[in-house]
Order: sequence, then C-alpha cells, then structure tokens
Amino acid sequence: MLKITEGSIAVADAVRLCRPQVVAAYPITPQTHIVEALADMVANATLDADYITVESEFSALSACIGASAAGSRTYSATTSQGLALMFEVCFNVAGMRLPIVMTIANRALGAPLSIWNDQQDSISLRDSGWLQFYAEDNQEATDLHYIAYRVAEDPAVLLPAFVCFDGFILSHTYEPIEMLSQEDADKYLPKFEPKDRLDAKDPISFGMYATPDYYLEFRYENDKVLKDARTAIQNAGKEFGKMFGRDYSAMVEGYQLEDAETVLVAMGSICGTVKDSIDEMRAEGKKVGLLRIRVFRPFPSEDVAKALLKAKRVAVLDKNISLGAKGAVALEIKDALYGSPVPVYDYIIALGGRDVRKKDIREVVALAEKGKGDLFYGLRTEVL
Amino acid sequence: MTDKNCELFDCGHRACGGCGAALAARLVLKGAGENTIVVSSTGCMEVFSTPYPETAWKVPWIHSLFENASAVASGIEASLKKQGRTEKVVIMAGDGATFDIGMLCISGAFERGHDFTYVCYDNEAYMNTGIQRSGATPYDASTTTSPAGSHSFGNKRPKKDMPMILAAHGAPYVATASIAYPADLMQKVEKAINTPGPCYIQLHAPCCTGWGFEGEKTMEIAKLAIDTGLWVNYEMIDGTVTKVKKVVRKPVEEYLKTQKRFRHLFKPKRQDAEIALIQAIADRNAAKYGIDIKLKKE
Repeated sequence: MLKITEGSIAVADAVRLCRPQVVAAYPITPQTHIVEALADMVANATLDADYITVESEFSALSACIGASAAGSRTYSATTSQGLALMFEVCFNVAGMRLPIVMTIANRALGAPLSIWNDQQDSISLRDSGWLQFYAEDNQEATDLHYIAYRVAEDPAVLLPAFVCFDGFILSHTYEPIEMLSQEDADKYLPKFEPKDRLDAKDPISFGMYATPDYYLEFRYENDKVLKDARTAIQNAGKEFGKMFGRDYSAMVEGYQLEDAETVLVAMGSICGTVKDSIDEMRAEGKKVGLLRIRVFRPFPSEDVAKALLKAKRVAVLDKNISLGAKGAVALEIKDALYGSPVPVYDYIIALGGRDVRKKDIREVVALAEKGKGDLFYGLRTEVL
Repeated sequence: MTDKNCELFDCGHRACGGCGAALAARLVLKGAGENTIVVSSTGCMEVFSTPYPETAWKVPWIHSLFENASAVASGIEASLKKQGRTEKVVIMAGDGATFDIGMLCISGAFERGHDFTYVCYDNEAYMNTGIQRSGATPYDASTTTSPAGSHSFGNKRPKKDMPMILAAHGAPYVATASIAYPADLMQKVEKAINTPGPCYIQLHAPCCTGWGFEGEKTMEIAKLAIDTGLWVNYEMIDGTVTKVKKVVRKPVEEYLKTQKRFRHLFKPKRQDAEIALIQAIADRNAAKYGIDIKLKKE
C-alpha cells in the first residue's frame, strides 16, 4: 500500500525494518529527521536497538565500529561536515571490513557554510572503500537500505555502504512510498551473524598494524572485494525485484537511451527533472537520453561504456567538483570511455542547493550540441 | 576473583626490555580476567603487541584509531548489552590518546555512562612517535618537542589532572595506580570492572627509552615516583578520595636524577630554583592527598 511519507521518515522506517541492534548518530541538518524518528522508535520500543547519543559524528561512526565488530547490525546517518569529521573513521571501517550501513542526506561542504544539497560530501569519500548507492527518489532511497545491508553483510563482501539521497530535495519531501512488511523485510534480510566478531569464547585481534611486507596486499584485497561486490549488488537487486516487484539489479539505468544522440549522465534526484525535460525534448524531436548512475562505488565502468557506445556526445551533470580538476562523475565517465571518440562534456551544476529546472537541462543539452562544456553551469555574471 | 596466574598478554611481543607499558598490559589483564574485550588506541602498546600476522593478546582485542577507543568501547558495550553477553570492556590507551587527542570521545563516553573500564597507561609523553610532550608530561621534563635548551628547562606546564576531570563527569570509580604495586593495580582493575558505569584508572608506567634509564630500573623508578610524592596512588569512589598510598617521602631529586629527561636540572649546572618548583609540586600532592607518614621522634 502506498503511503505519503516524508523521505527521512520513510528512510527511518526502512532502517527500523532492517532491525539494527545499535544506532549511533549525531544530529546534523538535513539528516536530523531520520535520527529523531529512530530515537522515537527506540523510546516507544518499536525498534529494539540501543541508540547511542554520541557527542560527535567522529564518535558516531567509531561507536558503530565497536558495535559491528562485537557482532551487531549497526546503523548511522550523517551528511556534509559530519561526514567530513568521519573521514578518518570511514577509511578504518572499510579496512576492517565492517558492514555498517550509513545514510547520507547529501549536502554541500563549507566554506562557505551551506546546509543545502549537492553531492560533494559522499563524493569526497569515494576513495574510502565504502559501497556508494545514490537514490533518485524516496522509494528507491528506502529500498536501497535493505539492499545495502544485504550486500554489505554478504560474507563474500563484508564492506560498509553509504545510501545517499539528496538533502532537503528528497529528505524533506513527501512522496507516495510502498513500505515492506516486517515479515517481508526479514525474509529478504537474514539475521546478521558474522563469522568473525569480538568474543571472549573465541578471541581474535581486530585492527592490527601492517608493515610494508603486508600493507599492499590488504589494499589489494580491499579493492578487489569492492570491485567484486558488483555480483552481490546485482543479485541482491534482482532478488529484491523478484520479491517486491522493484528490480535494482542494474548499477546504471537508462532512460530513452536507445537512439539518443545526446546522453546526459547524472546521479540522484536531479534525474527526475532530467527525465521530464527529456520527455519535452523528445516531443520536439530531439534525441536526448539519460544514463543514471545508481552505484558509484564500485564504479560500473563496463556498463557505462556499453550504455554510451552509440551516443554522439555525453553531457555529465556533476553535483560536485574535484577542485583543480573536474567533476568526479565526469572523470569516471571519461575513464570508462577512454579510447572512444565520444566527446564528454562536464557541467558543474546545482552546488550548494542552486535550483535546477527543466530549462536548465535544455540549456545544458544546447551547450553540449555546440561542443561547449567543462564549465560551471548557471554562474552569476559578476564572477565572470 | 580472577586467576592471577593466568597470562592473557603473551610473550613474544616487540616491546623494549623493561617496558612499563608491556607490564601494564599483563597486570591489567590479570586483574580483568578472561571474560574481557580489550580496546586499544593507536600507540606503543598497540604497535608492539600486534604486528600482523602476530598478536600478543589472548583475549578479544580491537584497535581502530588513535583518538576513538572510548567511542569504540561505547559501541561494543551497547552491542553486548543487546546480545545479552557478559564480557567486560577494558580500554587500554596511552596518555597522548587519553589526555590530548581522545579527550572529546572520552568526555562523551563518560557522560553517557557506558559500562567500561578505561585504563590509561601513562608514560608521560608520545613515546611511539619519538618522545614528544603530551598533556601528561611533567613539569620540566625534556622531550623532543619540549627540549631543554639555553632558554628552556623543558616542559613548561604541570601534568593535567585527568582523574579529577573524569571524577567530575560522575565516574563512579576513579583510581591511580603504578606498575610498581602489582597487587594494588590488579585489585583496582577488578574493582573497576565490577563497578557498573564508566571507570577510570590512570596507571603510571615508566618508559626506559623515553625517560632515559636502563631497562632493569623500571620498577625502582616507578616506586621512586611514589616515594617522592610526584605520583600519588589513590582511589576515588563517587568523587570522594577513599584510599591513599602513604609514604615516608624522599626529596624529589632522588627521582629526577635517575632519568635523562631531567638531566638538565643537574648538569652542566644544578638548577636549584627549578628543582624547588618540582619539590613544591610534590609538597602540594602530599598536602592534598595526605600521603605523608609522620615518623615518631626517637
């Protein structure tokens, strides 16, 4: 049954259905509604978890490390500055192979301070070893939580996962959402029973240090397992589709791609606007399509290359910027298309919550058709 | 009572001969017993005990980062509670991880009231990185970042009073201990792990390499710290000092002159004014905690 729900509340409800035993989180806009909802569930015993009200995001994720290593399904949520404060812990979690799931309500990073949406925060952690899922709408945002836990806890994976959804644009928006029943959620997501955990009956050491004789191999294995997680993601997405009718087996998703001459590439909620704009342009006879990246880590290079094979040009909408270089998505797309003659144009767009409308998407397509790209879109003229 | 003959910190680790921290790990685990999960911060003890693929720990052990041991322990405690498990959580962290970089996480964890025992093995500087000063470095100790020189007598500040800070958080049990008094230490650990809530033990653990003395002198020097009043062994229950180790005090220079970190106070020229300032610290400790044993006149 569809129910009109605020994105954050729906995400919190999905998290509840995943039955985490330990939640550790620190409030930060626009993540707050999620953690408030979870605290409320714990207070009313609708969620049987220990909610640790930590004094910082740094401690939030650190507490998750302890809880996960001791054998509990563990959850946190954050954004922006909070995620930046967790930087050191994020690398640690992945290196220790702890399957913590964390929601990122994507927000810009300061300075200057901005509470509004872009994807700079999670993109900046792209090298940390976490799986990264990006939701287009709130239905997907909730569904991705079950999938994230299932993949993260897969014994062949054992890696942490970000479920990213755009702050405010999704987190504070009401949409009709189909929630799983507890019974269905339990069927899809089995109990967390890690083989290795802190246990006095069978002592092991976690988080040892590695000399140059071993470190390289640890990193190799971390990278390999993240790349190989592709299979687990596809299987988990397919299984979800079989059980609940919404298939998430594809790491990228095409819209009007077949005969598209100009292909836009994007992640997250902007894709809804892009699709509406494509519908308009198609009606006018313009062959425009969209390739949406759902999984940014591991990056599905082969899928991207295959999907963009027939394009005449590619226009990437990056809600982030690797300062001094390009947008992170464009860099990946260029890498995926290396050796191909298809031109890739990058558009840094919507940073810090700048609104994007259908006319902006049309303008980007027009720029790409003129061969103009690798620019910040929609700048105020006084900085030019 | 835990079995004090049980060795849970194994031989074969890479600590220096005469390392106070290695002995600290061994004694703390004798006090805590087998049903313990240890959380370490980054530091000497972590490095010398767990070079992959070897480990000296015969209890479950975890190290995450330098500054987050108390947050990691919070998560472990929450998880154990939810699983209905009985293990005790013991943190073993150095003074840099405790007094300085881990302060935020510690304050948060103590305020939240998790059930764990935090043991700070205090060797009074950052030893793992090459003897730099920390908030636990005593007045006038020469370290690589507070070196004695023509215009310096070494560390310019007295030691931070960490036990009082944690007592102020409402910790039900706070104690200081020394590796020179193993039975006392083991008892305190046992008491702490059996006290619900966050407990703190600050454990004086001399570092022969960092302080500059021969490895066979570790216990002697640890004892001298107590005998001079520069280290006081006490116990606080619910914020009140209930037990203090009393001594017939010796002058501080008997302690200072045993270590290279204080050598500049004696050579090339004796610095009477500085030694007097350190003596005043010991005198204040003695007055505050009432450690002096008054001998009857013969």
